[in-house]
Amino acid sequence: MAKLLRQSVAILVLLTALTGVVYPLLVTGIAQVVFPRAANGSLIERHGKPLGSELIGQAFTDPKYFWSRPSATSPFPDNSTSSSGSNLGPTNSALTDAVKQRIEALRAADPGNTEPVPVDLITASGSGLDPHISPAAAIYQMARVVRVRGISPEQVKAMIAQASAGRQLGLLGEPRVNVLQLNLLLDGR
Amino acid sequence: MTTNDYLQLGLYLVVLVLLVKPLGAYMALVFADAPNRVTRIGGPAERTLYRVAGINPEEDMSWKRYALAMLAFNIAGLLLVYLLQRVQQWLPLNPQGFGAVSADSAMNTAISFATNTNWQGYGGESTMSYLTQMLGLGVQNFLSAATGIAVLIALIRGFVRRNARGVGNFWVDMTRSTLYVLLPLALILALVLVSQGVPQNFKPYENVPLLQPTTQTETVKDATGNAMKDAAGKDVTKEMPVIEQSLPLGPAASQIAIKQLGTNGGGYYNANSAHPFENPTPLSDFLEMLALLLIPAALCYTFGRMVGDRRQGWALLATMLVIFVPLLLVCTAAEQAGNPALTHLGVDQLASTVQAGGNMEGKEVRFGIVNSTLWATATTAVSNGSVNAMHDSFTPLGGMVPMWLMQLGEVIFGGVGSGLYGLLAFAVVAVFIAGLMVGRTPEYLGKKIEAYEMKMASLGVLIPCALVVVGTAIAVMAPAGLAGIANPGIHGFSEVLYALSSASNNNGSAFAGLSANTPFYNTLLGICMFLARFPLAIGMLAMAGSLAAKKHVPLSAGTLPTHTPLFIALLAITVIVIGALTFLPALALGPIAEHLTTFGH
Repeated sequence: MAKLLRQSVAILVLLTALTGVVYPLLVTGIAQVVFPRAANGSLIERHGKPLGSELIGQAFTDPKYFWSRPSATSPFPDNSTSSSGSNLGPTNSALTDAVKQRIEALRAADPGNTEPVPVDLITASGSGLDPHISPAAAIYQMARVVRVRGISPEQVKAMIAQASAGRQLGLLGEPRVNVLQLNLLLDGR
Repeated sequence: MTTNDYLQLGLYLVVLVLLVKPLGAYMALVFADAPNRVTRIGGPAERTLYRVAGINPEEDMSWKRYALAMLAFNIAGLLLVYLLQRVQQWLPLNPQGFGAVSADSAMNTAISFATNTNWQGYGGESTMSYLTQMLGLGVQNFLSAATGIAVLIALIRGFVRRNARGVGNFWVDMTRSTLYVLLPLALILALVLVSQGVPQNFKPYENVPLLQPTTQTETVKDATGNAMKDAAGKDVTKEMPVIEQSLPLGPAASQIAIKQLGTNGGGYYNANSAHPFENPTPLSDFLEMLALLLIPAALCYTFGRMVGDRRQGWALLATMLVIFVPLLLVCTAAEQAGNPALTHLGVDQLASTVQAGGNMEGKEVRFGIVNSTLWATATTAVSNGSVNAMHDSFTPLGGMVPMWLMQLGEVIFGGVGSGLYGLLAFAVVAVFIAGLMVGRTPEYLGKKIEAYEMKMASLGVLIPCALVVVGTAIAVMAPAGLAGIANPGIHGFSEVLYALSSASNNNGSAFAGLSANTPFYNTLLGICMFLARFPLAIGMLAMAGSLAAKKHVPLSAGTLPTHTPLFIALLAITVIVIGALTFLPALALGPIAEHLTTFGH
């Protein structure tokens, strides 16, 4: 038994060194050389200063911006150090109440718009950091942004197209619009 | 469901099945007793490890010695993870300065990772230092998976060997799983994931400005650090501006690759693979999902090769797919149908070219419905437990699919190694039932199945069932258990049932609304995870020892063939009947009741 224990500890130490030190260091080394931007948070940079990450969503409530999906992180939405979904069950009245409030907020910011609201725009994302909205959610908000900013719909449409991505390899995932990239375009940054 | 939905599901299944043969054949060489072209390549590295550790790779262990080595090794690993969490504040690679993890949470996490469950009571980016993630959690991702494969290989040897005393060498099986199978696959996957945007570095968290600053409510504290109260006795609060976002970085990709491949599932970040850093693109999602099922599926082929009849392996894989595919379609249809409670509020949940539609609460836009349900079904069929959408927010029937897949005993693919040895236990039960029907002594793969094997197989089938049912009963009777429930009513019961199903089958996913990081749940779930893993593995090794000692029974006209559609149906029905009989009452109180009361009309 003592021999087994000794062997256990010895092989544990050796394999820990291999899988816990050598392996992550090797991946880091290769990644930093081959994919430096992706390995360091996919930052959006202008003049050497980071303006955010293209992968991490930010919250918007100003009518001049496109709004991201609702976020259930605490203590403030899109808190990137505390990723989380709402975990509200489908029959929980707290979910329907939250959805009602979100619809009211959207309608208050855009009184003329009576279209049905795309579901992703009024439901909290799984991570609380979803950087994307569906193309439907971008179309839904377009009239508001056009009116508040006083720019032409064609300009905004072009910016939406620029911030959009289709299915990867033409097949995988869903079409989507990156909200932070779109709003940075609107601000001319 | 749209055409694209079917295309994505179809592509996934086709690629998976295409990879089964090459990887399965490779693993059969890795675990072959005789030296071959694969084991010669790693030979020098392997022999160095054995020499330094004082291990004799030629030793052929009895099943008892094999089990003791497995236990000693895993308990040593468990203690290391516990210790690392308790002293991480004094160790390097802790740029965020995280303190020690509480004793009950650290013990729960240590058991969780050593048992290949990877239930997470903690939030990774706010609790664990880089060092703890790498040396503790990351290492166990490899070693718990390697342990599962080793036990499976020993059981296969039980079927193959004749009149033998030993079932192999645990150190060799475990080391080879790590060196030849897990490490190379993880290295490739990790690098592809980085290319998609998963961070891999040792930098502190990166602060970036918010385009639109926001505010957070903070309680005002007096000079002694106590919350100040107003006249009504409420905490005084003020709105504090938030102008920055702190991006959590670190060596994430290396850990995420192995957490998927090793059916571990413990996320680097709290939101697991829903987090855009953990799973940035549809391609990363596809590969992470492929990694989930890859080794468990390929091991079926390895099994067929090692027992000398590849049809036996394909039959087991077919059994898994026969149960997996219909449940996948049920889950997808339920989620795509959306939440009827939202329809009359003026919400558009219909799928179209510009949106995925459906029940998007707790899901990510880049994955939509079909990739969320595929993941949910795959991660619970396999005992992985990582998530890319929040199962707690699934529709009642959509959420019942992952719950039931775990309750089936994690044998539909199941954990790396552990899933297949679990299914082999069911196969033994199935041939026994068939034997009873015609009044013959049952045989499987040329070995007589007698009382001893039946006892061990039954233990393997019944231990997880008993843990789920008894554990849920304890949790819903204890005030501390009820206190953790987040959603009111029927759904709250589902949260508890899901947690116990997950822990008692070493899955690790959650209806995450449940506040499980409490001494009560940390202890209860810790016990369940431990008992579901090690007694079961020891039972399988005992069966391996008994089988290896037996002589071979030649095929006769009365032998039940175990590679035919008839046997596939018999095995699938055995799995489903045991899962249905045991859990239908509990499911009726949870998801079924929830569906009927609100969705049914």
